[in-house]
Amino acid sequence: MFLTVIGALNEGFIQTLKLFAVTLIGALPLGLVVSFGSMSRFTPLRWLSRTVVWIIRGTPLMLQLIIIFYIPGYLLPSGSPWPSGESGRFLASAVAFIINYACYFSEIYRGGIQGVPVGQQEAGEVLGMTKGQIFRHITLLQMIKRIVPPMSNEIITLVKDTSIARIISMQEIIWAGYAFLKGSHGYSGLLWPLFFTGIYYLLFNGLLTLLFGWVEKKLDYFR
Amino acid sequence: MSILEVHNIEKHFGPTRVLEDISFSLDQGQALAIIGSSGSGKTTLLRCLNFLEKPDRGTISVGGSVIFDAADPATQRESEVRKKRLHFGMVFQSFNLFPQYTALKNVTLAKELLSQERPDFKQNKKAILEQIQIEGQELLAKMGLSERANHYPSQLSGGQQQRVAIARALALKPDILCFDEPTSALDPELTGEVLKVIRSLAEQKTTMIIVTHEMAFARDVADDVIFMDGGVIVEKGPARDVIEHPREERTRQFLSRYSEN
Repeated sequence: MFLTVIGALNEGFIQTLKLFAVTLIGALPLGLVVSFGSMSRFTPLRWLSRTVVWIIRGTPLMLQLIIIFYIPGYLLPSGSPWPSGESGRFLASAVAFIINYACYFSEIYRGGIQGVPVGQQEAGEVLGMTKGQIFRHITLLQMIKRIVPPMSNEIITLVKDTSIARIISMQEIIWAGYAFLKGSHGYSGLLWPLFFTGIYYLLFNGLLTLLFGWVEKKLDYFR
Repeated sequence: MSILEVHNIEKHFGPTRVLEDISFSLDQGQALAIIGSSGSGKTTLLRCLNFLEKPDRGTISVGGSVIFDAADPATQRESEVRKKRLHFGMVFQSFNLFPQYTALKNVTLAKELLSQERPDFKQNKKAILEQIQIEGQELLAKMGLSERANHYPSQLSGGQQQRVAIARALALKPDILCFDEPTSALDPELTGEVLKVIRSLAEQKTTMIIVTHEMAFARDVADDVIFMDGGVIVEKGPARDVIEHPREERTRQFLSRYSEN
């Protein structure tokens, strides 16, 4: 019985990790784009960007996920754009998570960029650097150093937030654990597999905490 | 011949006029000190020269050609401004060194990036970068910082940081080197080492504009002095004359506050 449960939980955890990784890969760069929008001197763009961030941060991720998964099917004449089955649920989850997390990340980036003293930018300008060079060679690393603590917080939250994808029945680890309570693999009424999922989250987040501690230390050589 | 000519510069921040009808010229190899109380517009003037602020009126010419004309947008194009800036070097009050780079890298970074635009960069990459390294080392040696080349700014004293900043500005061989209160952020015991470096640059006939509160230094090192108050030039002339025998009452009042303490 134990091996059956562990096998099912492992399978669920792989979905969890996939959603986690895809969200990071999408939201980390998209968040930077959104933060540039929020800081743009072009007022309509800034306004648009900040409104989107307000809406996404102001409503529950669970609600956004439901809307992204179900609403297009009603609106589009061709029906739901999502493939059927688990791959469609995963894709919809990934889109919702990427948009949601990009908005949170964008505000962290914005704080990080605006926290770099304006004198750094000016020093680069008077040395004849282009805006791109100033960002890449001067601002970026100083920003990264500033955002590691809030980012690690947000990324650890993301690990646990992946469980929200269960609302559209994406088969992540909580879904897999809960299945033993409802009945699956010939068992039902089993409570412990659900609780056991906590161990997975704990171990993985422990690993991430070590990783972020290491990054923070790596960037300790300058102030 | 004048290397720098500034004509009728005017600058507003919103409704406040911070610079009014500023005109002066500077000869090759001369050092000009700008004195005046806080808020008199000295720093804004330097920032205008470095294209960190855009004057509302007036022209700036270097070596006889107009590099900025408030009435001519063609002189203000972003792409050209970047190159025009290189006529000027800037040393900031708060150093503004790049904290993530060593002293040497602070000095060489801009030059390395600029060298990428050279047509022969790809072929001679190694030789070019090596040459930049050597020049950087030499500049740091000139500042008495050879031992500190691989230190990060946070490992250096304020005086050492400011000397790195001077080396960084010199690395691009500007026509005119600007200092914005270079010792104001330093402890009194550290100002000496920075002033000594600036003094030796003056002796080597580096063209300089120095905004400073060090009156004795301005008198001894600068050729000319400009006294500013309320955004206008109140008095200008040979350094010794202006500081020891000011003609204007406002200059006298300002200087008397310095001799008191």
